[in-house]
Amino acid sequence: MQKITRDQLIEKAASLLANGTVSCVLGWQKGEFDYDITPAVFETEDELKANFVWNDFCGANFSKYLVSKTKKCEGKILVFLKPCDTYSFNQLLTEHRFDREKVYAVGIPCEGMADIAKVKAIAGDGISAIDCSGEKLAVTTIYEDAPVMIDAKDVLAERCVNCKSKKHVAYDELIGEDGDVIDSARFDEVAKIEAMTPDERFAFWQNELSRCIRCNACRDICPACTCEKCVFGNPNSSLENKSPANSFEEKMFHIIRAFHVAGRCTDCGECSRVCPQHIPLHLLNRKFIKDIDSFYGEYQAGAEVGSRAPLVNYTTDDLEPGEVFERGDN
Amino acid sequence: MQVKEYKPLIVAFCCNWCSYAGADLAGNNRLNYPADVKIIRVPCSCRVNPMFVLRAFQRGADGVILCGCHPGDCHYTSGNYYTRRRMALLFSMLDYLGIEKERTRVEWVSAAEGAKFAATMNDFAEKVAALGENKRLEDLRCKR
Repeated sequence: MQKITRDQLIEKAASLLANGTVSCVLGWQKGEFDYDITPAVFETEDELKANFVWNDFCGANFSKYLVSKTKKCEGKILVFLKPCDTYSFNQLLTEHRFDREKVYAVGIPCEGMADIAKVKAIAGDGISAIDCSGEKLAVTTIYEDAPVMIDAKDVLAERCVNCKSKKHVAYDELIGEDGDVIDSARFDEVAKIEAMTPDERFAFWQNELSRCIRCNACRDICPACTCEKCVFGNPNSSLENKSPANSFEEKMFHIIRAFHVAGRCTDCGECSRVCPQHIPLHLLNRKFIKDIDSFYGEYQAGAEVGSRAPLVNYTTDDLEPGEVFERGDN
Repeated sequence: MQVKEYKPLIVAFCCNWCSYAGADLAGNNRLNYPADVKIIRVPCSCRVNPMFVLRAFQRGADGVILCGCHPGDCHYTSGNYYTRRRMALLFSMLDYLGIEKERTRVEWVSAAEGAKFAATMNDFAEKVAALGENKRLEDLRCKR
């Protein structure tokens, strides 16, 4: 259950629309089901009242939407940002991807988002409704009359279990209280994989990545991936589609996808959230973040606007590529 | 059917300003290095995109080596410093995915180090040959 309510957000958005501060609102709206909540642009209070949603399934990070929406929307655009979204917001500002003057950012606290896969594992398939307003999630399925009550803690998304920060690093206005940066255990899983033998690691990733259907959802959702033309969109490259055979092709895609955002990835976890095959893509990104932290000093992308990313920076006594393997922690 | 002796295919990306001239010097001095090493000349070691390395593997290379100017000696002042960071991360990632770490290497070879070039290539070719064919990074569509 979230601490702030839908009504609070609608009230805030409606008052900003009414006094002309903003001309449209970027918010969440119900999808086909209660749990597949989609981003939407609202222009009137009536639209907000009818369709706006705020609950445990509002995981979508709006930062990337600002890149296209600030160009389309006349006047300012109101955007609701959870703490982790503000890091992406700053990172995109650092890269000059949108005009800060055209955005009115409202920071909202987040108690962690639910993972529908975990909900389905407990409640089963055929979910017809989910009520997030109480202490527990009430999940109604088409097979049972009484809803299944689930503790929100039990179905917390992986990225929220290891939440890195409840602190908003960018906002014009804050609703509720600001939190702190959390010393999370987000690299534990990476360390676990590093501790495996090369054969085990290869088998692990072969198992995970061979499920990839190359839908490119991870690329499209990623707030750091904002190129208008992508190397994987080139029809002459033989890289744009899934290869029919189990091969290096999907590993190449995922290595390069993670590499292109290395040093700029804020670890928002959107890639894993949208993956229809439930591939733990954040483990690739976190490997790069962990390496950068240990090779070149702690760096959190998006913590401040204008910081120089580690891969566009250097020192004369950097680690040699050959020394990477001699280190104890690898 | 005659069974062909296994020979590794090695792709060497060599910086135009140092290692490429180093390879030339090795040749002029009649120093032997394996013919399996295929040199690709690049304007600077930092021209090498991580995709080039993976693409070489996908197309059937068994080992990829990058040769550039010694840190501090880059023709373009700082190119090789960026290479160093990029490749350190890429190699670490390949290792994370369980790919043999001996298949990739970065070596700094200047234009005057013909002997070092030949020695590096001999050593690298030997190590890659010991690993055998590149199974983990192959793409069946690119098989010859």
